Amino acid sequence: MGFLELQDLHRNFGPVRALNGINIALGEGEFLSLLGPSGCGKTTALRLVAGFDRPDGGRIVVDGKDITNVSPNKRDMGMVFQAYSLFPNMTAQQNVEFGLRIRGRDKSQRRGRVDELLELVGLGHAGGRYPHQLSGGMQQRVALARALAIEPRVLLLDEPLSALDAKVRVQLREEIRRIQLELGITTLYVTHDQEEALAISDHVAVMYGGVIEQMGAPAEMYTAPKTPFVAEFIGTMNRLEATIVDGASGEVDHAGTMLRVDAARGRSKGERVLVLIRPELLELNAAGNGATANGNTLSGEVLTQTFLGPVTRLKVTGGLIADMSTARAAALPVGANVVAHVPAEGVQLLTLTEDIPLVNPDEH
Amino acid sequence: MTLRRPRMSVSAIVWLLLAALYFLVPLVATLLFSFRSIQTNACCSLAAYHFVLHNGDFWHTLRVSGVLALEVIVISLVLFVPTIYWVHLKLPRLRPLIAFLALIPFVVPPIVMVVGILKVYRGSPSWFYDQPNGILAATYVILAFPYMFFSLDAGFRSIDVHTLTEASQSLGASWPVTLVRVILPNIRAAALAGSFLALAIVMGEFTIANLAQFHTFPIFLQYVNETEPYGAAALTLISFGITWAAMLSLLFIGRRRGGQLQLAGAR
Repeated sequence: MGFLELQDLHRNFGPVRALNGINIALGEGEFLSLLGPSGCGKTTALRLVAGFDRPDGGRIVVDGKDITNVSPNKRDMGMVFQAYSLFPNMTAQQNVEFGLRIRGRDKSQRRGRVDELLELVGLGHAGGRYPHQLSGGMQQRVALARALAIEPRVLLLDEPLSALDAKVRVQLREEIRRIQLELGITTLYVTHDQEEALAISDHVAVMYGGVIEQMGAPAEMYTAPKTPFVAEFIGTMNRLEATIVDGASGEVDHAGTMLRVDAARGRSKGERVLVLIRPELLELNAAGNGATANGNTLSGEVLTQTFLGPVTRLKVTGGLIADMSTARAAALPVGANVVAHVPAEGVQLLTLTEDIPLVNPDEH
Repeated sequence: MTLRRPRMSVSAIVWLLLAALYFLVPLVATLLFSFRSIQTNACCSLAAYHFVLHNGDFWHTLRVSGVLALEVIVISLVLFVPTIYWVHLKLPRLRPLIAFLALIPFVVPPIVMVVGILKVYRGSPSWFYDQPNGILAATYVILAFPYMFFSLDAGFRSIDVHTLTEASQSLGASWPVTLVRVILPNIRAAALAGSFLALAIVMGEFTIANLAQFHTFPIFLQYVNETEPYGAAALTLISFGITWAAMLSLLFIGRRRGGQLQLAGAR
């Protein structure tokens, strides 16, 4: 049994099924990220947990108690919002103090706690400033301190970094994780940024169309996606439609090219599958260098090169994407004929169904 | 590096001077007129001011209108702040309807309104029907509605009502606490602007008070105007001073706490 449980939660907005029966069990002190594209239901789920909205079905349980119908001000949950939510008429200090005042804590207690939390978020010097005198990153730090001041049972974060610039995002997400670990607070984090989710979470739940596609540890989500959607949403993925030719040897037919992949072993002949290959697993070489000798290759022409720092991403005809070291990529300019070696190991295989949602890899 | 102050163009200065003259000439003329002696018509005397300030009716009507204004402001704020807050928060689709209703007092002439109201409420208790603090206050609340609504509406639009409310609630605040401690301070300037306009209405409204036969400040002003022209000029300037004092207090209160408040508009 988890500390925070979402049991068969349903929420409809008119004909739209925003949540279609999600189940989550989160242990005490754990950090779960709800990850997914816009409209997948992640914020709806968070708002249900916060109490700002009521589910059409299902229960929310915290520490064994059903809080589904408890009003938000009695749930003991700290929340950090996507929009800047500091009270403009109050200083940073007064913002952090607000929840404690509501709880009737005496002045000395309040002051001590406020100072401690502002120090924790690195803003001990800025307590007297008003929100309009703080940068976006500082405002979100104060919002975090404010949410933590009430010692909430669960900390909820609704895309708190989305309005910040890239550098501050990375810095702040690491701080959020540090503070979460330090305080051991159960945390539910909503984001559409898969890198963010993978970097700071104990568990990631990928949502799509109001359901949880897969939930697991970040590494598991990356290396062993269970659905095509997860495979594409977490990181970038090459998707090759293929047919099993020989289940014993793991041979598949992709558009007339025979490939051998370990994951195909044991599959039935004729089964339609999706071969999923991470870009970093594809090995590109210039054509005509004997690279085709050992088979398991696909041929193509380099269409684009995108410099990503230490690695360069190459797009090859046939929809292939390969990441390779920038130094090696220099030898394969745009227009070069290449062969891509598909490794037999490390490649995922999923049964091809009719309703596989497509995600544009360029978006991630 | 020194910052250069932007230069004002000649045409801007001319227009500014013309505008200043437009407002200042009547005021100065009124001021000079008010300094004439009631007995000799000669300049300069404070007799007109003495006449006004030592007139019992001046203080009486000022008190009646002052209390009336306060009552109208309190009733309007108590009625409209929670209503507009709720509309912004939960019923945004009702906003156009309320905005339309707020325009009605502009469309219906005061004389029509007062005749209708007096007829409708004729049978009501005397504490309501015969007192300025009853029926007149209620009528002025209707008159102040558009000013109050559009001021408050602009104030609510300038803040993120949803997020502030949810942030407050997540920290344990109830609805009333959220409204009083979080929302109200952030629309304070808008509420003050609406209140000031309500005050201006009460201090200047003549038709309704006259037809309803209540002795308010504007009625006294009109009476003095007919009987004592120099006193009327002095009274006009005193009334002007009261208006300016109210406006300055609005600016003063609005700018307190670091001047982070604004009357309206996006942040």
